[in-house]
Order: sequence, then structure tokens, then C-alpha cells
Amino acid sequence: MAFKMSVQKYAGKISEVEIGAGEKAIKLGGENVMPFYSFDGDVGNSPKIGVEILDVYPENWVEPLKNLYKDVANNPVDWAKFVEENFSPDFICLKFEGADPNGLNKSPEECGKIAKSVAEAVNVPLVIAGCNNHEKDAKLFEKVASAVDGYNCLFLAAVEENYKAVGAAAGLAYPHKVGAESSVDINLAKQLNILLTQLGVKEENVVMNVGCSAVGYGYEYVASTMDRIRLAAFGQNDKTLQMPIITPVSFETWNVKESVASVEDVPEWGCQEERGIAMEVSTATSVLAGGANAVILRHPKSLETMKNLISELA
Amino acid sequence: MALKGLDIFKLTPKKNCKDCGFPTCMAFSMKVAAGAAKIEKCPHMSEDALAKLSEATAPPMKTLTIGKGDSEYKLGGETVLFRHEKTFVNRNRFAVVLSDSMNDEEINAKIENIKKVNYIRIGEEMKVEIVALKYEGNKDNYINLINKVKTSELKVAYMLICEDSAVLKEALELVKAENPIVYGATKENYKEMVELVKADKLALGVKASSLEELYGLVEDIHKLGHKELILNPGSSSVKEAFTNTVQIRRIALKEGDRTFGYPSVLFVNEIAKDDKFMEIALSSLFTVKYGSIIVINDIDYVRALPLFALRQNIYTDPQRPMRVEPKVYPINNPDENSPVLVTVDFALTYFIIAGEIERSKVPMWLAIPDAGGYSVLTAWAAGKFGGSSIANFIKESGVADKTKCRKLIIPGKVAVLKGDIEDNLPGWEVVIGTNESMELPKFLREFNEELRTAKA
Ligand code: B12
Ligand code: SF4
Repeated sequence: MAFKMSVQKYAGKISEVEIGAGEKAIKLGGENVMPFYSFDGDVGNSPKIGVEILDVYPENWVEPLKNLYKDVANNPVDWAKFVEENFSPDFICLKFEGADPNGLNKSPEECGKIAKSVAEAVNVPLVIAGCNNHEKDAKLFEKVASAVDGYNCLFLAAVEENYKAVGAAAGLAYPHKVGAESSVDINLAKQLNILLTQLGVKEENVVMNVGCSAVGYGYEYVASTMDRIRLAAFGQNDKTLQMPIITPVSFETWNVKESVASVEDVPEWGCQEERGIAMEVSTATSVLAGGANAVILRHPKSLETMKNLISELA
Repeated sequence: MALKGLDIFKLTPKKNCKDCGFPTCMAFSMKVAAGAAKIEKCPHMSEDALAKLSEATAPPMKTLTIGKGDSEYKLGGETVLFRHEKTFVNRNRFAVVLSDSMNDEEINAKIENIKKVNYIRIGEEMKVEIVALKYEGNKDNYINLINKVKTSELKVAYMLICEDSAVLKEALELVKAENPIVYGATKENYKEMVELVKADKLALGVKASSLEELYGLVEDIHKLGHKELILNPGSSSVKEAFTNTVQIRRIALKEGDRTFGYPSVLFVNEIAKDDKFMEIALSSLFTVKYGSIIVINDIDYVRALPLFALRQNIYTDPQRPMRVEPKVYPINNPDENSPVLVTVDFALTYFIIAGEIERSKVPMWLAIPDAGGYSVLTAWAAGKFGGSSIANFIKESGVADKTKCRKLIIPGKVAVLKGDIEDNLPGWEVVIGTNESMELPKFLREFNEELRTAKA
């Protein structure tokens, strides 16, 4: 046989979703090939990297991260500006941990105000994450969506239990983007996308979170779910799976023992901060190789590494 | 690649003699193609035809065996491009590089690091499996280096990185018995290289300046009769390495071209240019996508924890999820006063929890009901880890006869189950444990302390 490159053409293409407004707006998706397979066709927009901040002081975060943000973390506006100026992420993810009914239980109105002042303070697009309580998130997103009207934010996320309320607020009443979160299963991802479109949310306004885990913690299921979703979107031209994917890597990796254990706890493991970055970098690389179009991270060193990797692979 | 009945028929003697037990050569061929009969049933096949058949039915990607004894590993042999299609079979191996231009201190430190990072995760050994010994121009130092590693008590396979065939010859004398990998053959030196490795069928690393040149070089090496190869997709840039790694695997598996049906070796240490976190990113990339040997600069827990865990995930068989047997496991020699802890039968969860209980040194009965092999929240969400199933397991497992203690610790993530379990399990008190296993040892020590003071 003679040498010949193996080229794979697909009929399907990932939709292009814009987040943010103005010069710093970003576009996700647009590719018609598996991640970074530029030899096959169009890789679309390069994957985007965001940094996570909270509406409250990050009490539960590990010491190295608290140290990094100690001067700004009491105020989300300062924190957001600090991140934008010093680390230049593609976007910022503002997570409303303080809205949790089992925690501070901040009101949706109060959160709306915070979101608005953060949106006004920075130029990069905002991704708004809730507190993971489905009922509360529905109420929260309704107010926040109205407060940040015009900023074209992405809301994380609509789930099976609250997609009607979240879809109506972020995708219909106000022109934002809706995150569709499902639990590591191609059929669940598909089903939620269909429900959202039936509700009237346009395909090009949906970004999926198809589930995530830190490497080593059930990651095999995440890897195969992403492969299958991408192969169906391209190979079978399945319109209901052609939304870009965002993966909140930091929500998972900073909770596992590898990142949480102090040096006193496990002296042989060495520097805690480096361990946290390593878990974040390894997981982020894996999901990008699986088809994520955006990832959310916490540590600036992880951000820098992933940006380098993406520009090298482009 | 599977052969069609007609292709096999063409190779038979077409005598229709029925010695194989089938009425015609054609009927026999169809059965062989379907896997229902073995080609050996026909006593009249020519040597030549048999060779052609075994060539044609050989798997698309070769499986190589490297190393000896405890350090023997298989590489390659993959049949699918995505793990969900079947499974990935031979996990990638990590190699740490040592060279003759490093000073003693550096070499000793790396050897110590390789020894230090050696642990068990979900019942499997996690460690660097290969030491890559790189020749950088000083022969005496190189030979000393090899001897040093040999006497270091490292349990590893060897990879000799040396393009100078004269030096390599001497070096090989020292480690030939260990079935090392030899690297690397180029278009300039491949004849001498093949000469050195052919008799012992050693794995030979091959490199070239482009994919096309690599292809031609493999063909040239094939002509010399050596077929134990490992391909270097290139290390001049991340993009080149990634593109070529994917292409090599795809050309072998999808296009069925065995010229590229070999494992790969990625010099991530060179591509990452001394950036530790880039090295971790690239090692992850090539663990997910088609690296067979990944060469890194050094090993420590910062690198090992994510990389070995990721590899373990990617190489589990999707058709056989890792589960443990549902039963009551005694940990730290529990007795009739020891409390009971409950978790799920997902192997990962079991090994994490068992490990943390051991670390706490508190004697415990660990009760594991059938939870479908799922993690705590998955099992709970799937309805396989609920109040009544936990309560029933506690009753049926007989753990109540093993201990008089009537306290049952449950995972913090399913705190909501407390009332339900207590309703179904009269006489027991359900204690809500921590969310993460991390905090379990401290929790258990304090819990145990309270139990004792309560008794006293
Ligand atoms: C991989 C995965 C799967 C895999 C299964 C893997 C497996 N073998 O379990 C698959 C893809 C099959 C799957 C399926 C489902 N999943 Co799932 N899955 C995950 C994922 C990504 C990782 C789970 C994991 O491996 N965790 C690691 C193990 C070690 O964690 P663990 O068992 O909880 O153990 C920790 C603690 O609980 C603690 N601990 C454990 N035991 C004990 C005991 C005591 C006494 C104490 C104190 C502590 C303790 O220590 C451990 C380490 O800290 C999670 C999301 C995530 N990132 O966590 C979702 C998740 C668990 N899944 C979820 C759901 C909903 C499902 C489905 C029901 C979806 C559906 N509708 O079909 C199905 C259920 C199965 C079915 N119907 O077939 C939800 C659960 C939501 C909830 N809060 O209830 C999650 C949280 C995802 C999400 N955010 O929506 N899933
Ligand atoms: S034994 Fe061989 S030659 Fe005879 S019928 Fe069978 S296949 Fe044909």
C-alpha cells in the first residue's frame, strides 16, 4: 500500500453559539470534525477557557486558592476585575453558591444585583452558575436573567427538573444562552435538548453540559459519553446533539482528595497547590480531547497551561 | 481484518475431497470465514496459503511484549478507535528519561522518585514501568548509567535511546536479557539497527522527519524481516505529534494498513520543553488518544495522581464495570462492639472507603449491599441504594450477629435516607457520615472516642 492520510468527512456540524456582548464576545462550536482533528476539516472556533469566581467568600476552597484571591474574594466585583486584569480568561464563571437554601440562602433579587454589577465591571462574557438546588436555581435565574439583560450570558444550567422555568427565563423572556445539563448519558443529553427546543428555545441558544467528573472518579463514563455524543452529532448528523459543550471542570477536580489533602495529611504526595493544578489540567485536557468547546477552571496556572495547549494544537 | 469466504476459498486446493468434513471447499471456506471451523481441518492447504491466511487474519495492530519477569508489559493490540466500541486493551506505559549528560545527583534523585511513586489504586499497581536511557555523546558515562540503573533495584523495563549502533551494541550486551526496547532506527542507520535487534526480536523504535518518510522507513524495515516496531509520531511540535499519533492509529485500524499497525512512543518530555504542567496536559492528551509509551522528565505524585488515575479509567473494559462482591467486610479487626458503615459495591468507592477506614485505624464492619455497581449518588438516583434495600441487607447479611453495636454510618451524600432506613430497621440508629471520604478518618476517630466515653 502507498502512504495516504486517513481523512474522515462528516455531514454534521456543531452549531455556533455566541456568548457576551461587544468586543470580548466569544463564539463556541462551529466545527465539523472531532476535537483538534484539523486534518479532517474545519475545527471551528478554538475552545474557550473561563475562570470560576463566587458571589461569596470561598470558605470551602483549598488554602492555596484562598491565598491567591484573599484580597479580592470578599467582593465579587473586585474578584472579577482581578481575574480579568491579571489572567485574561476568555470568560468568567460567576457561581451563586450563596443562593443555596442550605447555606446563606441569598434572595434572587440580591443575586441579580450582584450579577449586574459584575457584568458592568468586566468586558469578558459571563457564565452564570446556580447553587445546584433545582427549585432555587429556577427562581434565581429568572431574576438574574432580567438583571443582566443585554449582556448575553450563559446560564448553568437547566436540568430535567427545572428546564421549563430556566429555559423560559434565560432563553425566551431574555435573549441569553441556556446551559442544558444532563448526567453522563447520550440519551439524557438528547432528551433535554429536545425538551428545550420544544419549549421554544432555539438550538443556537443552547450549550450542553453533558456531565463531568475528575479523572479517576468515574471519568471513563464521561469520556465515552462525550465520544458518543460527538460521533452522533457528526456521523449521524443528529441535530439534537449538535450544541457546543461546556464542562465545569473546577466544580469537580477541587473536591477530590488529590486536591484537598494537605501536606500534613499525606506528606509523600508533596505540594498541595501543584496537585490541584495537575488534577485540573489533566481533567481539562481530557474533556477538551473529548469534545468540550469550553471549560471552567479555578487556578491561573491551569488557565495558562490550557491556553498554551490550545494555541499549540490550533 | 476479517476475511470473506471467497478470499479463503481462493487459497484452498479446491479438491472438494471432504476430508475437512464439509461437502465442498467452498462450504468449508464459508464456515471458516464465519469462525465456525478452523482452517487446520483441511489437511491439504499449502504452506504458502497458510502463511497468506495468517497474514491476512492477523489483527490490524501488533501486540509487542517488552521487558522481563515482573517488568514484562504488552503494548499495542488495539482493535477500536473509541473505547465504547469494545474496549482498549493494553494500557499506555510511562517512561522516565535518564541520560549520560545528567550528573549523579540528578540521576540519583530521579531513581529515588521512581522508587517513591509506587502505590495501589483500586487494586492495581501504579508506577513508572520503563526507564528510558538516553545516549547524548559520552559513551563511558552512558555505560555507567546503564550499570547504575541495573544495580539500583528498580523494577522496570529498559528503553535504550541511542542512534549510534556501535555504542548501542555495547549497551545492549548489558541489558539484552531484560528484553529492552531499542530506540531508534532512522533512514540513515536502520540496517545496522535491525541487525542488532533482529535475532532477539527486540522492539525497535522508529523515527523519521515526516509521516510519509516514517511509512517508507517501516516498509524498508519490513523488507529486512523485522516486525517488532514502535513508532515515534514526531516531537517537533504538539500539533505534529497529535496529528501523526491519530493518523497512525487510524491508518492501521480504519484503513486496515498494517504498515502503521504498531504501538507509538511519545517524547512528551521534549514536546513540553521543561514545563511540568504542559507535560501533564500532553501526557493526558496522549493517554486519551493513542499513546503507547509516554516519556516524561521525572515522576512525582503531582504527575502520577492524575495520570495513572486517568489511564486506569480509560483502560477499564466498558462491558465489565469494576465492582466488588456485596457482603460485610471486616476492616481493622472489628469485634462485637464495632460499629457498621455502609457504602456501595462500585469498586472505586469500595477501595477509597476501605482505604480511609484503614487509615483511621478504627475497627469497623463495612457493609456493602448490591447497589448495581454504581457510585453512591448514581446508585441512589437509580433507585438501587435506598432505605429499604440498605435495611434489608443489614438484616440478611447477619451483621447484627457479629456486633452488638447498633449504629450504622451512612455516606453524607445520602443523608436523606436516615429516616427511611431507621423506619425499616428498628433498634438501629443511623449516623450521617461525611460527604467526602477525605474527612472520614477524623470523623471515625472522633466517633469512636464518643462511643467509648459513652460506654465508660
Ligand atoms: C460516572 C457517573 C455515572 C455512571 C455510573 C458510574 C458508576 N459505576 O457509578 C453512569 C453513566 C452509568 C451514570 C448513570 C446515572 N447517573 Co451518574 N454520575 C456519574 C458521575 C459523573 C461520577 C460518579 C462517581 O464515580 N463518583 C466517584 C465515587 C467514588 O463517588 P461516591 O461513590 O459518591 O463516593 C464518595 C463519597 O460518597 C464518599 N463515600 C462513599 N461511601 C461512603 C460511605 C460513608 C459511610 C461515608 C461517610 C462516605 C462515603 O466517599 C467517596 C469519595 O469522596 C457523577 C457526577 C460526579 N461528578 O460525581 C454522576 C451522578 C452521580 N449521576 C447522577 C444521575 C442522576 C445518574 C442517573 C440516574 C441518570 C439517569 N437519569 O439515568 C443514572 C443512574 C444509573 C442508571 N439508571 O442506569 C447524578 C446524581 C444526582 C443526584 N444528586 O442525585 C450525578 C451527581 C450527576 C449530576 N450532577 O446530575 N452515572
Ligand atoms: S479438506 Fe480441504 S481440499 Fe478437501 S474439501 Fe475440505 S477444504 Fe477442500
